[in-house]
Amino acid sequence: MDIINLIIFSGLGAAMLALSIMAVTSESLLRSATYLLLVLLCTAGFYLFLNYHFLAAVQVSVYAGGVVILFIFAIFLTANKGEVLLRHEIRRYVFGFLGVVAGVWLTAFVLFKHRFLYESNTSMVGDQEISMSLIGQTLMGTGKYQYLLPFEALSVLLLACIIGGILIARKK
Amino acid sequence: MIRLEYYLIISTLMFFIGIFGFITRKNMIAILISLELVLNAVEINFAAFNRFLYPNQLEGMFFTLFGIAITAAETAVALAIIINAYRSIGNININNINKMKN
Repeated sequence: MDIINLIIFSGLGAAMLALSIMAVTSESLLRSATYLLLVLLCTAGFYLFLNYHFLAAVQVSVYAGGVVILFIFAIFLTANKGEVLLRHEIRRYVFGFLGVVAGVWLTAFVLFKHRFLYESNTSMVGDQEISMSLIGQTLMGTGKYQYLLPFEALSVLLLACIIGGILIARKK
Repeated sequence: MIRLEYYLIISTLMFFIGIFGFITRKNMIAILISLELVLNAVEINFAAFNRFLYPNQLEGMFFTLFGIAITAAETAVALAIIINAYRSIGNININNINKMKN
């Protein structure tokens, strides 16, 4: 069972990385958005691996149902006929690549140098799914480790975004 | 057994692929797509740390949840700005944006 899980996980991870690279290098914006959609669906698969079923559902509905559709509409609204994507000069690609390699090296160094605490006690790693009522109570509670205040702040943020979006995109 | 490090390696690579796209892309929507990759990598990290290191608590999961909501809001406003810029200058390449001052 473990080996099957590992095979599916690595296939999902490899697909995710390949699709990310295609999303940032693709010539066509619409293809880029489609690759982004597939990356986000693979991420939902990761959340299922972690047993966060609610998070996977949110990921699929908010990203695939909302954000990517928004991207596709914006691409259609801003497309000039027969236009291809312009490129920066090659110098920028070289410096960007070097910077990214340095960043990956630094992060990988920290990652492999550090020993995480869970390895000493693997029985701590929970496999159980989080129940929906617990999620609801945590989101609506005011006690310690409960999240009513961020939830309300988020609703105010969304209201500000609605007003801002209307104000910015309105025809003069 | 799938270890925490595997998740972290994949999300690290995805984060830096997003940064590479952010640096090298010229179209503003393409830059926003790269930004989505970066945010997505961070959210995988939150969820994986929560599950492996503190499986009896819910902080990472809720940060992921709030992160997804904030990402959606940010994308909506950014796309509104981009569409407005397209309306006033006719294309959405980043080196034309300073024309908006006129």
